[in-house]
Amino acid sequence: MGYQLTKTKAEQMFQKLSVTCDIFAPKLMEGEGCFSDTDIIRYGKVHSLDEIVWDKKSDYSFKEALLAINETLFYFTEDTTTVPKGPKKDILIFLRACDLHAVKRLDEIYLKNGFEDFYYARVREKAKFILMGCKETCKSGFCVSMGTNRAENYDAYLKVESDTVLLDVKCECMEQMLREAADGEEAVVCDVTPDYVTENQEKVTLPKQLSNESFGKDIWKEYGDRCIGCGRCNFVCPTCTCFTMQDIFYKDNPKAGERRRVWASCQVDGYTDMAGGLSFRKTQGERMRFKVMHKIYDYEKRFGYPMCVGCGRCDDVCPEYISYSNCINRLAKEENE
Amino acid sequence: MKNEYIPQLSTIREVIRHTDLEYTFLMEFEGDVKPGQFFEVSIPKYGEAPISVSGISEGTVDFTIRRVGKVTNEIFENYVGDQFFIRGPYGNGFEIENYKGKELVVIAGGTGLSPVKGVVDYFARHTDEAVSTTLIAGFKSPKDVLFREDFAFWKEHISVIQTVDAAPEGYEGPVGMVTKYIPDLKFNDIQNTAFICVGPPIMIKFTVMEILKLGVPEKNIWISHERKMCCGLGKCGHCKIGSTYICLDGPVFNYVDGKELLD
Ligand SMILES: Cc1cc2nc3c(=O)[nH]c(=O)nc-3n(C[C@H](O)[C@H](O)[C@H](O)COP(=O)(O)OP(=O)(O)OC[C@H]3O[C@@H](n4cnc5c(N)ncnc54)[C@H](O)[C@@H]3O)c2cc1C
Ligand code: SF4
Ligand code: SF4
Ligand code: FES
Repeated sequence: MGYQLTKTKAEQMFQKLSVTCDIFAPKLMEGEGCFSDTDIIRYGKVHSLDEIVWDKKSDYSFKEALLAINETLFYFTEDTTTVPKGPKKDILIFLRACDLHAVKRLDEIYLKNGFEDFYYARVREKAKFILMGCKETCKSGFCVSMGTNRAENYDAYLKVESDTVLLDVKCECMEQMLREAADGEEAVVCDVTPDYVTENQEKVTLPKQLSNESFGKDIWKEYGDRCIGCGRCNFVCPTCTCFTMQDIFYKDNPKAGERRRVWASCQVDGYTDMAGGLSFRKTQGERMRFKVMHKIYDYEKRFGYPMCVGCGRCDDVCPEYISYSNCINRLAKEENE
Repeated sequence: MKNEYIPQLSTIREVIRHTDLEYTFLMEFEGDVKPGQFFEVSIPKYGEAPISVSGISEGTVDFTIRRVGKVTNEIFENYVGDQFFIRGPYGNGFEIENYKGKELVVIAGGTGLSPVKGVVDYFARHTDEAVSTTLIAGFKSPKDVLFREDFAFWKEHISVIQTVDAAPEGYEGPVGMVTKYIPDLKFNDIQNTAFICVGPPIMIKFTVMEILKLGVPEKNIWISHERKMCCGLGKCGHCKIGSTYICLDGPVFNYVDGKELLD
């Protein structure tokens, strides 16, 4: 149901909600950007609508709210294991349409594809998604090409328009939360439709004939020669899910420690290393090929739809100015030559 | 909901020392396991390593482990009665049914014999269930030979060529790579053969080339792929080749599919 309320009222309700729920949204982190003296927009807990960055895309995705960069799986002593407690509170995550489409990709890997992941599942169960509309396109995104510019499966949509807040609430439990936060005051009911873009600056055509034959293309080497294997493109991507296991132990009690999982990148050295010195995809070119084909071909072959949601973050973050979207377009163009 | 990441403590029942670097650990385990499947074996502080089951008995599984690094070193410091953590089994493993009624040839290099040992054992104990069973097993040198007692048993029931890459002078027995013995294999019906080939990637490559030269159809060949694995659960991504997760869809593949897995 759609509602209209004053910003002041909405802010009061928001602050109330932030006590009973953990609310994650894009925030401006000053001075924490990749280069010195630059700011970064990334996800963190917020307590007020004003803390949220509405007018720009976040540099890092919402993924951190569901999957910690490094997560303790269990604490151990020599013969016992203890699993840390899961989240107690509900989690509200503010995100845009492309990112809401990315949630489906995370679910595909972590809830399906073999075993269900205990840690992801218990966070996911608590999570509700609040859509932020896009009034105009971001520079690098190509959501329209990927069909991810609109999302309907949000739990709520929220828009701040100067002194007014527009809400569209889809799930009953969010309605309930709002009723409680409203303290019996009735909100004005009205029609609310999320803002979305119908055109991007960046347009992408997916190649249609990728296969094992595509391994020999010069384009991989060309991009590979520029790539420094820093892995940033994977870390900002809302659909990348890889991790590595790590055991650590405590200095003051070497018999105790924890097993963690830490985000991993297929572009970084060591990703495929096995004992005995064997490794695969040794060159950056081969890794570029692996990443790009995974995003727009291999994943689709397995699950029936492309993995990439066209958020454009990987293009924004690359220190070598490698444009993944341009790479895809060139692959498509080569097929027509 | 089951938390697949939590390993269970398992007690070492027996340790068999094959070489300085390779031991078999008989570990307590209750549950269904197939040859070719693997477990994540771990010791807190040192980490986890995927290890194939090299034997399956009532209440135990065997792991034949080569000492190469952090986790495996630490495991070698443990003896009968000690414990370490295991979780599994994972992966598809070998389907015995695929090989019944066939002229079966198993070709293995080094520790590659571990995952397929269960299949060899099965047909050595049920010789009437295959038309014939041949094992070609290669090791680097005579001191690297694994499963000596098992070889003695197998030699009584199936045909066995146990070769070494190189040997000191005076060594009696086959010398040379496993590939050397493939052209001499004789079959009643080449269409009714089944080949299993397990070992390092380079060995698999050349072995399959030799097998194909015999006129064996690709669909009669099975291989096992090796990849880095952090989870064994289809989550961590490290084992992926193309659209295939080796930990879920493999590690055993029919060659028709397995040959498409390129990197
Ligand atoms: C499905 C599957 C099944 C497996 N089954 C078995 C099995 O049954 N038995 C078994 O022993 N292994 C098996 N392995 C391999 C095993 O997982 C690795 O040996 C193990 O992960 C090593 O872990 P680690 O922590 O001891 O070594 P790490 O400390 O992780 O690595 C060892 C380090 O030493 C180096 N190194 C290792 N070996 C050598 C060497 N020979 N020469 C030079 N440098 C070396 C490596 O480069 C690496 O950096 C299997 C692997 C897979 C994927
Ligand atoms: S591959 Fe790039 S554009 Fe596609 S979802 Fe990931 S970060 Fe966004
Ligand atoms: S961000 Fe750029 S340089 Fe870094 S790994 Fe990705 S493509 Fe390579
Ligand atoms: S081992 Fe983690 S996905 Fe296969």
